[in-house]
Amino acid sequence: MRNTLKLMSSAALFLVGGAVGASAGEITVYCQDIAVGCGALEAVVADFEAANPDDKINLELVNYQTILESLPIQLESGAGPDAAIVTDLGGLSRYYLDIAPYGDADMLRAEYAPTLPWLRGEAPTSDAINGIPLSMTVNGAYVNATLFDQAGIAMPEAGATWEDWAEVTQKVAEATGVSFPMEMDRSGHRFASLAISYGAELVDDQGQPVVDEGLKAAIEQFVAWHEEKVMPMDLWGAVGGSTHRELFSDFLNAETVFYFGGSWTIGKMDSEVGDLFDWKVVATPCGPAACAAMPGGSALAGFKNSKNPDLTGRFLAFVGQPEEIAKIDLYAKEIPTAKTLIDEGLEYTDVSAETQEALSTFMAQIPKIPETAYRFQGWRYQRAMMNAMTTRISQVLNNEMDVDTALERIKQDVELAIQAAGGSN
Amino acid sequence: MGGKPQWAEIGHRILTLPAVIVEPLMVGLQRLLGIKRMPWVFLLPNLVAVIMFCLLPVFINVLYSFTGSDRLYPADRNFVGGMNYDVLLSCQNYLDPSSCTADLFWRALRNSLIFVPTQVVLMVTVAMIAAICLNRQLPGRGFFRGVFFFPVMLSPVVVAYTWQWILQRNGALNGILSGLGLPTFDWLAVPDSAFAWSIFVTIWAHMGFYTIILLAGLQSIPKDVYEAARMDHASNWRTFYAITLPLLKPMVIVVVVLCIIRSVQTFDELYVLTGGGPGSATMLIVQYIYEVGFAVQPRNFGLAAAASLLLGLVLIIFTAVQMSLSRKSQNG
Repeated sequence: MRNTLKLMSSAALFLVGGAVGASAGEITVYCQDIAVGCGALEAVVADFEAANPDDKINLELVNYQTILESLPIQLESGAGPDAAIVTDLGGLSRYYLDIAPYGDADMLRAEYAPTLPWLRGEAPTSDAINGIPLSMTVNGAYVNATLFDQAGIAMPEAGATWEDWAEVTQKVAEATGVSFPMEMDRSGHRFASLAISYGAELVDDQGQPVVDEGLKAAIEQFVAWHEEKVMPMDLWGAVGGSTHRELFSDFLNAETVFYFGGSWTIGKMDSEVGDLFDWKVVATPCGPAACAAMPGGSALAGFKNSKNPDLTGRFLAFVGQPEEIAKIDLYAKEIPTAKTLIDEGLEYTDVSAETQEALSTFMAQIPKIPETAYRFQGWRYQRAMMNAMTTRISQVLNNEMDVDTALERIKQDVELAIQAAGGSN
Repeated sequence: MGGKPQWAEIGHRILTLPAVIVEPLMVGLQRLLGIKRMPWVFLLPNLVAVIMFCLLPVFINVLYSFTGSDRLYPADRNFVGGMNYDVLLSCQNYLDPSSCTADLFWRALRNSLIFVPTQVVLMVTVAMIAAICLNRQLPGRGFFRGVFFFPVMLSPVVVAYTWQWILQRNGALNGILSGLGLPTFDWLAVPDSAFAWSIFVTIWAHMGFYTIILLAGLQSIPKDVYEAARMDHASNWRTFYAITLPLLKPMVIVVVVLCIIRSVQTFDELYVLTGGGPGSATMLIVQYIYEVGFAVQPRNFGLAAAASLLLGLVLIIFTAVQMSLSRKSQNG
């Protein structure tokens, strides 16, 4: 009996000792398995561990839903990993660790100047470095070039408006018998591109929601396209609530002429379309106010809850070096966020010429992104506004309300969300 | 042969070991507390479980419904009084959801009030018909029982994806219609059609379970009662109405109660199948609570808690009415 007790005590001490040891030089990073995920980080982790033999970085593969829904609850309850690759950049800002003291802060601020404010939530002008923006995604339009060839219709040049595209894709669809001229993901983020192009401000510089004539014009145009069957009801019409829906398979199956999605589906295009038909990414369509692609992306953020903030901070600062970010973005075929890489350009190997050209087109949109789009992307209540837009626009499409009522509801929904959060950061 | 009693003895000792250990403890406790308090000692484990997993969550839910902020810990949340209830209940006309501040709550409630009775009535009717058919001496009866029960074993998400695949624009149903030269239809993009299919899919997914319960009830009815009815030349309908239904009543009540509970809880199938759309046509109350509390940012736990308490209140009233009705019918 005494021996058993001794054995159990030793095991308990070993476990406690192991845990203490783990917190000394070991951290856990949550990452997913698509786009910029665990696979993309592996080479960088190997570099870091080679340079710091006493430290250990555990990459924990989790699904995207865990990062979206479980991670915030874990962080709120004081648990969770030391760091994670996140996409709700501003929404989790209050949990982020400022890594400025742990690395070359000046270099990081210079490299990521446009995107660091996204990670600062309600304090975008502070000088905190709340994470490393790993990749930039950009909204954009994929066009089936083969259908244009078959219809004998010329593709609009860069600078063409949304209306130009609607008109010309209708002609192509009619000539080729394709089901739909245009489609857009059911996503507030995608719709924001159209809205900002039409002059919507969405959020002012005081962080208050803006519902204006630009947003109204965009919704009216969008509804008209659905009524005229330029766009199918399957995406925005058939779904309710905040549910995200995409039908990129329609583009892959050549059932639509024009699909407004984003740069993250390039890998899919490269692997699934191959030489079935010619496709290209075109310059973002313009509205009366701008040719606005919405920026987005993922970032590696450390958390204040980390038991080892020093190692977390050092690791993140290491990842933030342009040469390490280059490895990540080349692996994931994503657009870099580091200024050095944007200026010099990244040469993606083992991709088709069409993919290389599409990536170049997406990158060419970045300098044209208006300030409004960056401000909206970094706003803490961006998701509240995007959810309100998707929910209410779908209701308009189903005759549950008119556009003016939808605008009132969008404003009310966002104000209620801000009120519910107590305006806290 | 000789080893058997030995093993039985060992088994007996192992089985009675807890009693041997616990008995002196209980005797000591009884001396300490007195015999009148001893029932509470035996009830304590279950009481702790009920308090931890039923009462405490309800208490926390009530607490959350009077607080604001998207913080999780009650200590971090600020007291907002009845603000969440004000938001939910503020309406110019309760019959018109668009006149309410929380219009989606009222739309979801209205949808639920149409969905639940329709689905329950259809579910019980279809399950009853299926049970009666399966109770007859049909060829391949075992096979058909399996067929009816099979969807019950599927995950709701699998059910939803399967039907989405069938009903979507380029789905199997439109493929068949198109193959037959018939016009196709965007089944899930039109509110009434999507609502009807939502009811159909949930019935398809769960009717097997209720069919089995009713089938068990049918098989427990003595055959000689039916023989007597046949000798009296009672029609099939008269037999069903005067014999089957009264004798099956306890089972029907169980099925109706279970069906209502499941119907009010409906969420996963419809969330995947329609996402509550088109517009808000298939958004039920549980989806509204989920969206407000978990799906959107920032999470409005207070409003979700208030909405779930209001739903709880409606269910309590509904259950009380139902219990009263069933008691009356039992007495009558």
